[in-house]
Amino acid sequence: MDLQPVPESLLPLPPAMFHILLSLAEGDRHGYAIIQDVSARTDGEVTLGAGTLYRSIQRMLEQELIIEVAPDPSENADERRRYYRVTPFGRSVARAEAERLASLVKLARASGLITRKA
Amino acid sequence: MRWYHALLRLYPQSFQAEYGDEMAAIFAARLRGAAGWQPLLSLWLEATLDAVVNAPALHADLLAQDVRLAARTLRRTPAFAAAAVLIAALGIGATTVTFGVADHVLIRPLPFPDPDRLVKLYQDQTFRGYPRMEVSPPNFLDWKRDSRSFERLAAYTAQSATLVGAGEPLRMNGAIATGDLFATLGVPAALGRGLTTADDRDGAERVLVISHRLWTTQFGGQSSTIGQSVLLDDNPHVIVGVMPPHFNFPSREAAYWAPLRLNASQLEDRTNWWLHGIGRLKTGVTLTEARAEMNTIAVQLAQAYPAANERNGIAVVTLRDEVSWRSRQMLWALAGAALCMLLIACTNLASLLLSRALGRQRELAVRAALGAGRERLVRQMLTENLVIAGLGGALGSAAAVVAVPLVARLVPTTLPVPESPGMDLRLLIGSLGVTLVTGLVFGTMPALKVAATATLAGLREGARAGTGRATERLRSALVVAEVSISLVLLVCAALLVQSLWRVQDVNPGFDTTGVLTMRTALPVPKYEPTQSRERFYQQVLSNVRSVPGVAQAAYISFLPMVMRGGIWPVTVDGRAEDPNSAHTASLRLVTAGFFETMRVPLLTGRDFQDRDVQGAQRVAIVSQSFVDRHWPGQDALGRRVSMAFADLTIVGVVGDVKVRGLERDSEPQVYMPSAQVADGSLMFYAPKDLVIRTHGAPMALVPAVRAAVASADPQVPVSDIRPLSDVVEDDTAARSVQVRVLAAFTAMAVALAAAGLHSLLAFTVSARTQEIGVRMALGATRARILRMVMVKGLALAAMGTLAGSLLAIWAAGALRSLLFGVDPWEPTVYLAAIGVCAGVALAGSVLPALRATRVDPIESLRAE
Repeated sequence: MDLQPVPESLLPLPPAMFHILLSLAEGDRHGYAIIQDVSARTDGEVTLGAGTLYRSIQRMLEQELIIEVAPDPSENADERRRYYRVTPFGRSVARAEAERLASLVKLARASGLITRKA
Repeated sequence: MRWYHALLRLYPQSFQAEYGDEMAAIFAARLRGAAGWQPLLSLWLEATLDAVVNAPALHADLLAQDVRLAARTLRRTPAFAAAAVLIAALGIGATTVTFGVADHVLIRPLPFPDPDRLVKLYQDQTFRGYPRMEVSPPNFLDWKRDSRSFERLAAYTAQSATLVGAGEPLRMNGAIATGDLFATLGVPAALGRGLTTADDRDGAERVLVISHRLWTTQFGGQSSTIGQSVLLDDNPHVIVGVMPPHFNFPSREAAYWAPLRLNASQLEDRTNWWLHGIGRLKTGVTLTEARAEMNTIAVQLAQAYPAANERNGIAVVTLRDEVSWRSRQMLWALAGAALCMLLIACTNLASLLLSRALGRQRELAVRAALGAGRERLVRQMLTENLVIAGLGGALGSAAAVVAVPLVARLVPTTLPVPESPGMDLRLLIGSLGVTLVTGLVFGTMPALKVAATATLAGLREGARAGTGRATERLRSALVVAEVSISLVLLVCAALLVQSLWRVQDVNPGFDTTGVLTMRTALPVPKYEPTQSRERFYQQVLSNVRSVPGVAQAAYISFLPMVMRGGIWPVTVDGRAEDPNSAHTASLRLVTAGFFETMRVPLLTGRDFQDRDVQGAQRVAIVSQSFVDRHWPGQDALGRRVSMAFADLTIVGVVGDVKVRGLERDSEPQVYMPSAQVADGSLMFYAPKDLVIRTHGAPMALVPAVRAAVASADPQVPVSDIRPLSDVVEDDTAARSVQVRVLAAFTAMAVALAAAGLHSLLAFTVSARTQEIGVRMALGATRARILRMVMVKGLALAAMGTLAGSLLAIWAAGALRSLLFGVDPWEPTVYLAAIGVCAGVALAGSVLPALRATRVDPIESLRAE
């Protein structure tokens, strides 16, 4: 197996991937649940299309940011659906991306572009 | 939902298989949640946009992935990669070159606005063998007056003249034309102005338009050239315009255009056909309509002037059709050969890819077992094949850029287009198309074939690749096809090579060895009086004859094969005949000693002598065919003929000369002594071509001869210096280029066929090592094994030869018009070609067969 790359090599992360990682950080989810969660989290501002979602998922599986897992029967899961879980590597990539974004915001604040914490 | 399933089809198949159900389920869930037409509409729009954006991106991802994979696998097998790319490059390169030239000559629109409306007009004198004869000035003016089909109708004739005013006196080819020529063609001057109808009027200032090349090379490209005064054949002309760079009308050599001025006698004479007519059809008028109208006019003119115009038709042909039928045939033959090459290259490529794919069966089976769908495998192999074709295409196109100028000799000089087709976008797109077809058609087949067999069976221990009967049959069929196409090419090439040899064997009627030729055109009006010309000739000739190494020298109007026209009606023994039905002969003026210099045999009578001057009896020397035509079996000496306004007495008979070229029938020849013509008469025929027979290498004498001419008159330009042998070789230049290209194609095709046969047999032998081992263990001798493999190879070759022979018989028939002195079904040619194919089959089979005999039965069985 290939050596895992450093998280920073995948940055900047496409927004769709970042949203998916954020959603999966709370627990295993299937595709439709991710779409709904992202939409709720962003007050309906981001609605992932199914194509965008699965294209991202395919890429993230290849990059080992996420893995596919069997549905957890204890959680009243829908057995016909495919569930995904974020890997430790996926977490560190998401964290790195968040830090990157935070430092950008810091820069913006220093330049006086924004004044209050978003 | 049906619409959404249709949208899903846009995605790559592997993606659909993996996520299609999920996506459909998600869409169905969202559809349930959407109430009212507005959310519904936005859901649909969103889904459509989602697919339109993501599906191509996914395809591109896969392509990039496959290309990377292909590059990696090809790097791992550099020998295979190089062979495959080279084969593809051969096929694509050959096709690009020939189709580039064919397109340039036959298909591409001519470089004029609305070129389809440009037509040439000729006097049709088919009844005496000239379907496209130039038109007489009065006839042309009548056409122009009476016709309604043309927007414009212009006339021109090519001529050459000496230009003084830009350094050294310069001999140039150009044209004199009516003022509306440029307007008819639709090409304005790049600088200054073109000719106008006002320039045609008598008394108007003599103006000159020059070519872009002449302007840049002789006038330094200065805009002050406009308005400059120069001498054209000693007449002052003012340069008024420069044409654009690629204006090649009427031919590539045209360097100047001057107004056509017709004098009274030219306006009268309807039997002097010397103008080319060119017209632009009115919008909406078809060629057929124009022809019908011109036919009517021809009938009227025949009634009005029966003596000159009886049985004369008018031929209207599109400008593009100026390309002779022979040039066309030659190009199509080459295009056909190139297509054969491409076909062979492709079959070879397919066979190569097939064997490689079969060799990778196990790898593919593993990948299939690991979950790669059939579509992914096919797609990946196809990408690999396209990469090979793409590399081959790039290499082939690069080779084509280099090779195209080599075949430029196939572009007829009569066509107003640049000499060689540039490697432009059009050609590149064509080449790209060929590449794609090559990669797709011949890459898909092996890919599909293998993917079909990429099953678990491929993983079985001991499973051997390529032993599938069907696959072997397919590869065998490819080899048969290659051999048969090679045979067709061999036969065609052999027939054309023989034709070339036969043409080169034709006796031109003179001896070319050690003869130097050059043109010393005499400026008029200085040399209009016959006396002054003769003084010049005698001085040049006596100077030249005193140069060491010179055996003899003389002057003639035009060298044979350089000027093929100059045909006049002849009246024999005072029998008055109407000019249309009279026999014709080609007329040349010569100085004494011409026949000796050229070694044209003097059969009876005498050569011209010093006493044959103005005032003495007008004499002529005729060729043997002239005698045979008019007085077969009789003595011609002392007989009288009338030709070119003169009554002549025959004083000698010489051998025939191939005036029109080696492959064509020439009119009988009549020679007049140049010293006898009246002042200013037959100026077109005033001798200007100097021929010098030398004892050694002719070109070594050029400086001395130049000096000899200059000492007679330093104002006379010397041009077209070349050995007489070059003149004759030029006559067969197009043919020999064609033969060389065809021979190269054939050699490559035969080599490819041999390689194809060899690789098939080598592969079969290695795939059947065990079987061979078993046979040997059971007592088969090495000789028997050798025979087994050889028989297979030779059987394939025999099948290919049989099919190829039938094809070749048909192809040779189609080639017939290009053959010279060779029967298209000459058995020895076919036997030789079959012999070559047999040799190729032997060469291709012998190595694999020998390898088969070296199989060690114990080793091969242990491997099991």
